Amino acid sequence: MSRIEGVMKALKEQDRKALIPYITAGDPHPDVTVDLMHTLVSAGADIIELGVPFSDPMADGPVIQLACERSLKHGTSLRQVIGMVKEFRKQDDKTPVVLMGYLNPMEAMGYEAFAEAAADAGVDGILTVDLPPEEADDVAPLFTSRNLDAIFLLAPTTIDERIQAIAEHSSGYVYYVSFKGVTGAAKINVDEVAAKVAHIHEMTALPVGVGFGIRDAETAAAVGRVSDGVIVGSVLVDTIARNQADTEELKRALTDLLHPMREALDSLAS
Amino acid sequence: MLSALPDARGHFGAYGGRFVSETLMDSLMTLEKEYLRMKKDPEFQAKFDQDLADYVGRPSPLYFAERLTRETGGAQIWLKREDLNHTGAHKVNNTIGQALLASFLGKKRIIAETGAGQHGVATATVCARLGLECHVFMGAEDVQRQSLNVYRMKLLGAQVHAVQSGTRTLKDAMNDAMRDWVSHVDDTFYIIGTVAGPHPYPLLVRDFQSVIGRETRRQALEKTGKLPDALVACVGGGSNAIGMFYPFLGDESVEMYGVEAGGLGIETGQHAAPLCAGRPGVLHGNRTYLMEDENGQIAGTHSVSAGLDYPGVGPEHAWLKDIGRANYVSVTDNEALDGFRMLTRVEGIMPALETAHAVAYGVKKAAEMDKDQMLVINISGRGDKDIHTIAQLDGIEI
Repeated sequence: MSRIEGVMKALKEQDRKALIPYITAGDPHPDVTVDLMHTLVSAGADIIELGVPFSDPMADGPVIQLACERSLKHGTSLRQVIGMVKEFRKQDDKTPVVLMGYLNPMEAMGYEAFAEAAADAGVDGILTVDLPPEEADDVAPLFTSRNLDAIFLLAPTTIDERIQAIAEHSSGYVYYVSFKGVTGAAKINVDEVAAKVAHIHEMTALPVGVGFGIRDAETAAAVGRVSDGVIVGSVLVDTIARNQADTEELKRALTDLLHPMREALDSLAS
Repeated sequence: MLSALPDARGHFGAYGGRFVSETLMDSLMTLEKEYLRMKKDPEFQAKFDQDLADYVGRPSPLYFAERLTRETGGAQIWLKREDLNHTGAHKVNNTIGQALLASFLGKKRIIAETGAGQHGVATATVCARLGLECHVFMGAEDVQRQSLNVYRMKLLGAQVHAVQSGTRTLKDAMNDAMRDWVSHVDDTFYIIGTVAGPHPYPLLVRDFQSVIGRETRRQALEKTGKLPDALVACVGGGSNAIGMFYPFLGDESVEMYGVEAGGLGIETGQHAAPLCAGRPGVLHGNRTYLMEDENGQIAGTHSVSAGLDYPGVGPEHAWLKDIGRANYVSVTDNEALDGFRMLTRVEGIMPALETAHAVAYGVKKAAEMDKDQMLVINISGRGDKDIHTIAQLDGIEI
C-alpha cells in the first residue's frame, strides 16, 4: 500500500477529511521550503502538494506564477526539489508528498532518472498539470513501478467516458478542479461541486480531492462535506508572498490559515 | 506517406500531441471532431475558398524577381506574394478558416495571441467582418515595438491585452490566452496563429495555410513547366513555412529551407532558433523543439522581429527536421536587415522583418545554385508594421 493510500484509508476509517496544502518549492527561498513543509504538517496537513516551479505555468493564475518566478530567481531545479523531499523525510516518514508541476522539467531531467530519484527521496505521488492520461503511456509505468502514485485531474468539463478512463489511470486520489479557470481565480459553487463529486464517486472508488477556490475554513468545510479532501493552494502562496521577509512570521501566518481549516474539517466528523 | 500525419492522436512521430490541463480537453476533442467533419464538407470548403478569393484576394501572384536574380547571379528567384493578401500577411488565410469554424460551433467570443501583431490584425479583421467579440493577447514588450498594429487592432474593434508576465513577449501572450480560454471555455473560441499548440491546431492551421503551397505548385508548373528546386520560408511558429512546404512533401526533388531567427548569432545564445539550437520538450500543449535551460525552464529569446521571437516551433517542423525532409537554418538580425533593404531597393517590395529572414537566406542559397534552377521565397508579409523598428535602427525619428 502506498503512503497516500494508507493515509486516505486511515482518514476514511476515522470519518475525517484530508487537508492537502500546496506550496511552491523554493518560494520564497529554497532554504526555507523544508521548514515550511514541517510547519504545514504541524498545522494539520495530511498530505503535502509540493509545486515544482516552471517558467510558463499556463494553468495557474498570477499568484502561483509569481511564486514560480520567485523560486526560479534562485535557480530552483527539479533535482533540488527532490532533495528537499529527501531532507523532509529525515524528520517525517508519515506525511505523503506529491510533486505537482508541468511536464517539461521532468522531460529535461529524463523520466526514468526523475522517477528513480523521486522514489529514492521518498516522494509519494506525481501530479503533472499538462499530462493527460492519453499522453502518459510511456511515463506513468515508470512511476507506478516505483510505487509512485500517478494523480490526474478531473474538471467540470470532463465527460463520463473520460472520468472512467482517468480514474483507471489514477492511484492515490483524483484531483477535481472545482471550476473552469486558473488557480486562485474565483469563488467556487459548492452545489455544483457536490453534484459532480457525487457523480465521480459513483464511477470510481478512489478518494476525490477538490482544489481551486478554497480560501478559508468556511469553504474548506463546505467542500469537505462533499469530498474526501480539500486542496488549498493560492491563499497559502499569497500568504508566503506577503510574509517573505520574516520566516518566523511566515510560519505563524501559514499556521493561522491552515489550523482553522483543520478544525473546520474535523468538526464535520462529529 | 509523408503527408499522412498527424496520426489519430495528433502526433507527428515523437512530436505534437495534446498536453493541456484537463479543463480544455473536451473543447479540443470537440474541435477536432467538428474540424474533421467540416474538412470533408463541400459547403464549408466552398465558403472558405470563396472568402479566400473575394475577401483575401487570392490567388496571390508567383512573381519572377528578375533584378534580384540578376543581382544574385544564381538560381531564378521567384516570390510568392502573401504580402498582397488583405491585411498584408499570410495570417489571414488561417483566421478566415478558424473564424468560419468558430461561427459553425456557435462561439461568439474570440481570443488570439500575437507577437508582431499580424495574426492579431488578421483575427481582429475577421471578427469585425463576422461581428464577433475579439480579445488579443500581446506581450507588453511587443505592444511597444508594434504600436502601429496595436492601433490597427483597436480600430477594428478588438481589445488588446498587454501581457506583463514572464518575458513579456509572444510565449507569455500564449500563456495568457490559454488562461483566458480555460476561464471562458464555454463561449470562447481560441484562434491560434501558428502551427503549434495542442492537437488539432497544428493540423487545421496547416490545412488552412496549405493554399500557399498548392498555388505555388500550380503556378510554377504553369509559368515554368516544372516544379521549383528549392523553397525558402521563415519559421517562428512556422505557419507560412508549413503552408508552403506541405503540398510539396511528396515531391522529392524539391528542397525545403526553413529560416529561423539567429538574432545576435546562435553562438551568443541571443536568438529564437529552437530547431537549429534547441532540443525536444513540452510547451503550450505540444511536444516540439524548444529553447530551454538544462532544468527544462523555457529560455528567453531574442529577435529583431517580434513575430519570430518564440522559443518553440510547430511540431510538424520538428518531425520534418528529424526525418531530414526539410532543412532548418538561421540568419542573424543584421543579415535579415540587409535582406529587408535589398528586396526593398532592388524589387520595390518591402518585406516584414520575419520575411526578411527568408529573403536573406534565399538570396544566399540562390547564389550557390545553377542559373537554370528555380528557388521560391515565401514573402509571408509586408513590412509597413516594421518601419518604426527600421527607422530607429537608422537613427531616424518618424
